[in-house]
Amino acid sequence: MKQQLLMGNEAIGRGLVEAGCTFVSAYPGTPSSEILGAVTTSMDEAGSPMHVEWSVNEKVAFESALAASYTGKRAAVIMKQVGLNVAADPFTRSTYLGVKGGFVVVVADDPGPHSSQTEQDTRLFCLFAKAPVLDPASPAEARDMVTEALELSERYEIPVVLRPTTRICHSRQNVDLRPVQDLERKAVFEKNPGRWVATPAFLTGLHGELNDKLHRISGEERFQPTATGPGRAECCIVASGIAHANVSDLLEEMGLGDRVDLYQVRMPFPLPRDFARNLARDHEKILVLEEPDAVIELQLQGKDKNILGRLTGHVPGQGELTPDVLHTILLDFLDLPEKKKNGGLQQNPPARGRRPSLCPGCPHRASFYAIKKTFPKGIYPSDIGCYTLGMNLGAVDTCHCMGACISQGAGFYHAHAQDGDDFPTIVVTIGDSTFFHAGIPALINAVVQKARIIVTILDNSTTAMTGQQPTPQHGVLADGSPGNRVVIEDIVRACGVGFLKIGDPYDLEGFSTLLREADSFIRSEKGGVAVVIARHPCLMDRKNPARQERIPMEILDDCVGCGICVQQFECPAITLDEKEKQAHIDQVLCVECGVCETVCPTGSIVRKGGAK
Amino acid sequence: MKQQIIVSGMGGQGVLFLTRIIAGAGVDMGLEIFTSETHGMAQRGGSVISTVKVGRFHSPLIRSGQGDVGIFLHPQNLPVHGHLLRLDARVLVNTPEKGPWYHLDATAMATEMGSPVLANLILLGYGVGKSLFFCSPQQVERAIETISPERFVENNLKAFRRGLDA
Repeated sequence: MKQQLLMGNEAIGRGLVEAGCTFVSAYPGTPSSEILGAVTTSMDEAGSPMHVEWSVNEKVAFESALAASYTGKRAAVIMKQVGLNVAADPFTRSTYLGVKGGFVVVVADDPGPHSSQTEQDTRLFCLFAKAPVLDPASPAEARDMVTEALELSERYEIPVVLRPTTRICHSRQNVDLRPVQDLERKAVFEKNPGRWVATPAFLTGLHGELNDKLHRISGEERFQPTATGPGRAECCIVASGIAHANVSDLLEEMGLGDRVDLYQVRMPFPLPRDFARNLARDHEKILVLEEPDAVIELQLQGKDKNILGRLTGHVPGQGELTPDVLHTILLDFLDLPEKKKNGGLQQNPPARGRRPSLCPGCPHRASFYAIKKTFPKGIYPSDIGCYTLGMNLGAVDTCHCMGACISQGAGFYHAHAQDGDDFPTIVVTIGDSTFFHAGIPALINAVVQKARIIVTILDNSTTAMTGQQPTPQHGVLADGSPGNRVVIEDIVRACGVGFLKIGDPYDLEGFSTLLREADSFIRSEKGGVAVVIARHPCLMDRKNPARQERIPMEILDDCVGCGICVQQFECPAITLDEKEKQAHIDQVLCVECGVCETVCPTGSIVRKGGAK
Repeated sequence: MKQQIIVSGMGGQGVLFLTRIIAGAGVDMGLEIFTSETHGMAQRGGSVISTVKVGRFHSPLIRSGQGDVGIFLHPQNLPVHGHLLRLDARVLVNTPEKGPWYHLDATAMATEMGSPVLANLILLGYGVGKSLFFCSPQQVERAIETISPERFVENNLKAFRRGLDA
């Protein structure tokens, strides 16, 4: 069979098509973002038509896919762990009401966390919502579990969660490609108000059915944990997900494979029924390795045995279980003498790497610079996306969760305004995709509550951080075909905003003028929320048709080395030689946007050839 | 046959692409391959690292002091990711400076070729030429041909060969 090197996310996307899934919706978020793209790559092979969509947020994505499952078709929704918070409302109810066609909820967790605002464990959320959850330990297993999840879902009419983690999503492994199933299902929605409308009167009964389903699922033979090792060893390890993969390699490296039994739990909730009892019977000491939280351990506790893990402090209470962390835990658990450090090339603890920053020529940098210059005493609530990196420029004061910046901005305003007439200028920054995701209700609320704030929508016409997914304004569907456009300014006006201006942040002076006008408006008698749209396409987005004008720049020798271009503008293409008191432009990194010209207080950054 | 490789660089230097080329060569050879890569926030010009594990492994990550080969597209990353390598690891650094490792000023050579981002393939070519990796030049060339977008194939091969001959 043909082997291909697939990223975990590609394997999952491929698995969805192979399993005959015909409706897939998602909102992008690292580490889940590449799954939907992988679905579109394979969907040509599907026999039946497929619907794939980038929804405006996870709740919408969940509800759309759920309805498709009600018609008997196989459906999937994809998000990251914090996205499940947004979809929590439909998710928790969907386990009670159940599904018809197989419905898999793919939620990628980010232990570490590498690019998330929490380390939360989706498996724990599943325990709360009473949803079965499968925990893959490799890209190949993640692909296999897609089909298993859909089949389990169909057999018990219950949504099933597939929970990969960053190290599954973003690792690559050679995987066999399998033929695509064509289930040839036609949509049939059977009306059943007692179930699909379920009023409170029905819910106690449905809850009983749900509990019964979970009990039966916990007895499913195929999800009983599998073990490697000598069998009935004194010490055993129970692991799931990537922790199982890491500890497998480690036991081999340390030559311990014949001393411990290692169990892999593929379904952490509901924990297979007889597993706890068998563990207690066969082993003296049990170590549980899982991330990020103690979901299996929690279900094993109280079994009158020596269960060690995150809850008992034998495993750190937070963070990724990397091979290094696991090594220390194993030495301790098996009471092994610590071998002499293997430390290689350098013995010192690892240094911190260079921090990420906005790309050279990023339009957001110009917007932030203009905002900070225009309102040096301002308060700057911001949001989730590339522009969070505006923190490096001192132009981001808060970042909470999708869409929160506008509500927080309004909160800051009211808290200050209630003390008297004067208030600081509050400049909110939010990206275009984030605005569609959760900014609109917050904007309506700010308008209604008479907040006087400037909302700057940083419109680079894409979802840049996660890999250039289209926004509604782009009018492009997930498979690249044209859709309908929804334009930001129309929405802003419909929300009742009384001031709306659009500018290109590359024109620092012109854009600053708009910001000042906005400030006059919010402080005027009839003032309220002002919206300024900073519109300039993302330079990383290859779909942008028109490349911008190139303005080659150089730094003259009369540069005094004040460092403003480096510290305050923070363009990665400009470096400062502190000894020589001279800034330099790295022509390799520079994209010739020309914005830095205005930034230099001594006029030493000029267009090549001198013309200013 | 087992080899644990780290690929280290700054966001935008083509760490991911290089990882896929090395891994692709392994898949062509019928070997079991595992890689991990860095996405999202860390990619915006910050330090990034990928790992490639060749042979029978379960996990993509490499424990400190276990890496067999390190390829560094930026010398600033040596103190950041060097701890992952064995004491006797084979190390390849993109730098004009001499040191206790294989070194090559791949960025200068790539700039000469008109595209600084080719430094990654030049450095790889140099390393493959010195037999630091599990794969032969022909196997890597085949991976470059398969994985590169069509319009870049020729230049990518040229860069790789430039490194081989260096």
